[in-house]
Amino acid sequence: MTVIKTKIGRRSFLKISAAAGGGILIGFNWLVSCKSLIPEQKGVSIPKEWFDINGYIKIGDTGMVTIYSPNPEIGQNVMTSMPMIVAEELDVPWDHVVVEQGALDEDSFKNPQFAGGSNSIKLGWDPLRVAGAAGKRMLLEATAKKWGVSVKNLSASNGVIKEVNGSRKISYGQIASKAVGLDVPDELSLKDPKDYKLIGTSQKNVEGPKIVTGKPLYGLDFKRDGMFVAAIEHPPAFGMKVKSFNKEEIKDMKGIHDAFIVDSTYSKKKWNNTNAFPQLIAILGKTTWQVISAKKMLRVNWENVSELETSEMHEERLIKDLEKGKVEESRKDGNPDAAFAKAVKVIERTYTSPFIPHNTMEPMNFFADVKENSAELVGPTQTPKAMQEAVSSLLNIPKENISIKMTRMGGGFGRRLYLHFGLEAAAISKKVGAPIKMVYTREDDMTQGTYRPAYRSVYKAGLDKNNNLVAFSVKGVGLPDGPVFPNRFPAGAVDNYLAENKSSFTNISTGAWTAPKSNFTAGAEQSFIDEVAEAAKKDPIDFRLELFDKAINNPVGEKYSYEAERYAGVLKLVKEKSNWGIGDSILNKGVAAYFCHDSYVAVVIEVVLNENQPKVKKVWCAVDCGIVINKEGATNMIEGRIIDGIGHAMYSELKFDNGSSIHKNFDTYNFIRHNQSPSEIEVFFVQNEISPTGLGEPSLPPAVGALANALYKATGSRLYHQPFVKQLQMSLG
Amino acid sequence: MASFTLNINGEKKQVDVDPNTPLLWVLRDNLNLVGTKYGCGLSQCGACTVHLNGAAVRSCVLPVSAVINQPITTIEGLSENGDHPVQKAWLEEDVSQCGYCQPGQIMSAVALLKNNSNPTDEDIDLAMSGNICRCATYVRIKKAIKTASKL
Repeated sequence: MTVIKTKIGRRSFLKISAAAGGGILIGFNWLVSCKSLIPEQKGVSIPKEWFDINGYIKIGDTGMVTIYSPNPEIGQNVMTSMPMIVAEELDVPWDHVVVEQGALDEDSFKNPQFAGGSNSIKLGWDPLRVAGAAGKRMLLEATAKKWGVSVKNLSASNGVIKEVNGSRKISYGQIASKAVGLDVPDELSLKDPKDYKLIGTSQKNVEGPKIVTGKPLYGLDFKRDGMFVAAIEHPPAFGMKVKSFNKEEIKDMKGIHDAFIVDSTYSKKKWNNTNAFPQLIAILGKTTWQVISAKKMLRVNWENVSELETSEMHEERLIKDLEKGKVEESRKDGNPDAAFAKAVKVIERTYTSPFIPHNTMEPMNFFADVKENSAELVGPTQTPKAMQEAVSSLLNIPKENISIKMTRMGGGFGRRLYLHFGLEAAAISKKVGAPIKMVYTREDDMTQGTYRPAYRSVYKAGLDKNNNLVAFSVKGVGLPDGPVFPNRFPAGAVDNYLAENKSSFTNISTGAWTAPKSNFTAGAEQSFIDEVAEAAKKDPIDFRLELFDKAINNPVGEKYSYEAERYAGVLKLVKEKSNWGIGDSILNKGVAAYFCHDSYVAVVIEVVLNENQPKVKKVWCAVDCGIVINKEGATNMIEGRIIDGIGHAMYSELKFDNGSSIHKNFDTYNFIRHNQSPSEIEVFFVQNEISPTGLGEPSLPPAVGALANALYKATGSRLYHQPFVKQLQMSLG
Repeated sequence: MASFTLNINGEKKQVDVDPNTPLLWVLRDNLNLVGTKYGCGLSQCGACTVHLNGAAVRSCVLPVSAVINQPITTIEGLSENGDHPVQKAWLEEDVSQCGYCQPGQIMSAVALLKNNSNPTDEDIDLAMSGNICRCATYVRIKKAIKTASKL
């Protein structure tokens, strides 16, 4: 049993915040306007009265429990998994639970309400368990008082409280009214993982029924009577700014209410550091088609404010700054120069990847209704709290008068960490003095920036006469920031080691894209390791395991950032599950392992050639993310990021000319489709009782390396440059 | 502006819009049927898929004036209680991540199964490759289509 504190500083963990008003947190339930939010097939009937237990939990008189999910939902399924953790400790059957999106209220949730860095479950683990355990404790206290017994003589399980040495029992629904406002002790006992009934099971996406019936869930679906739809036009190139446009002509168009230039400049850098277009043209009308049509009639004077870049310039810059760029971070163990000079074999390879957009299926949008001293914003954001601060600063309205409501998001991938779209909506609403919903077209979205940076890294390995890895170096650069993690593998596993991360510059705006930096580095490093293993005449898995042995038993230099045992553990598991090396099954299989977001993932990919075209046939994946909350949801996440990793490495790139992406929509930008997707993915979890870590991102990076290594087996070509399909077309003809 | 009578999910609907307005925006803006999604506006991603005379079409490039009085089915009209076999299979296989593209995927899958009750992997690839899923739930979609074919 774990004992956990229920107070942070002097503040109680779980008192319902004053901001919630009358002790009730209002869930955001505009989505299903008339119908009840409660699905029909529940284990208990719909209550007449609800009682607020704490910021996460309210219990109805029938025993139905509403659990508020605190974090933004971008498809990582936290709306199911986070409430599962609360329900486990509250000890209530899952079919008594309904889930609602919580409002932005970090004081009440005691949990950072953002979706990023695969952090939701990791950071929520303690607050969510405490919320459930505290709720259970309050129900026990209320029962003890009612029956005149001690809490010690009571047990709570499956929504029912029983007398340990007696026959009395009472359901949560029957006692909930008496639990309201009771104090929670300074310390609470949490369940032992071996006693979990819900955590580790598979529970279906709580919003599944709404998704498959097309209910309004997303920002783009939001409507308010009297609102205008606002289209935007940002400069067509990075390095350009809007000067003037044919305003009167646009305003005269049918259905157009107004058109103007709007400024959403926000000085704080957090989540806003690379927005290239703080000034936009906004066109307001009654319907989306009217404003999209008006956009096509725009005639704009743009002015150049900085250089208009091209892909050729980007390549030149990366080549130059890989040598001459400023070293931002580094690590050196032993004497790499001397070791390379003495090595019998030296292998050096260069890897690159292009800029890529996030391309969330739901383009950027936000609703804003700005009044004189208050503002309401509704929409898809991964960072609602930062959005509240930013909008407050932009409008010069106190933070407590800015309401930010989170909708379900049509994908995030890092794109909606950024604040510009909320700020733009607020600036437009303020200027027009009415509620507006701002909508980006796909073209606006794909050309706005916030891209995954372009990268270039050079890896070098030295082997001695016994084929031991005696020297290793990596140097990497990006536009603008480099991709190298100096303290990650193989740091600690090689006597002579050098890692240097360098920066360059660009005016193309970049941002966090699923597994930032790892999304490139894992592929480069793991294909390089594969090539080195081959040169050392060793099996690629055995070669990696030898290095982990060294990191475990005889670590080199200062502390490295991974747990070598867990890293080796996923490799061993994937080796077993994929029948690696047994018979001829190793043919056309590639392996990779990577550690990021505190989780360990190893992937084996098998590729087949159909009419000379490679296709991923099967994927085996082993994952160590500690305790798995929702097994099926976790598996879905891992499968998705594997295909995502394969797809982007294989097919996707943005090329630039005259400061602008030449790909503006899905007609020229390649994204992986059904027919290119793997036929089968098998996912295996390492069983342990370690606190859970991230799962939204970590399976993407190793998929890239395993793909490159499998493609080599299938085609004889090593893949160095993304998108791989280009290099393969040349080698396969 | 002109007035059009549309036959949507078995009901006659009157709308007053520009004849060039794509059906997608009429559904979303004028008729409050927002289950049909905008993704690209170029018929490249499939998020806006609806049925016109029973066939899967991309509503983002279909002018409203071209569909007058022809039967149109949207995700909202697929079943009364969300229990169409394909919807049930989607829940059974727990397909959705963000879920945004899934109404379009479901509409394409329903059209496929209507013409081919037992599709092979290749049949599914052929019928579904016009529908992008950015969360890459492709393996589950394929499974769900096979599950639906047995329901």
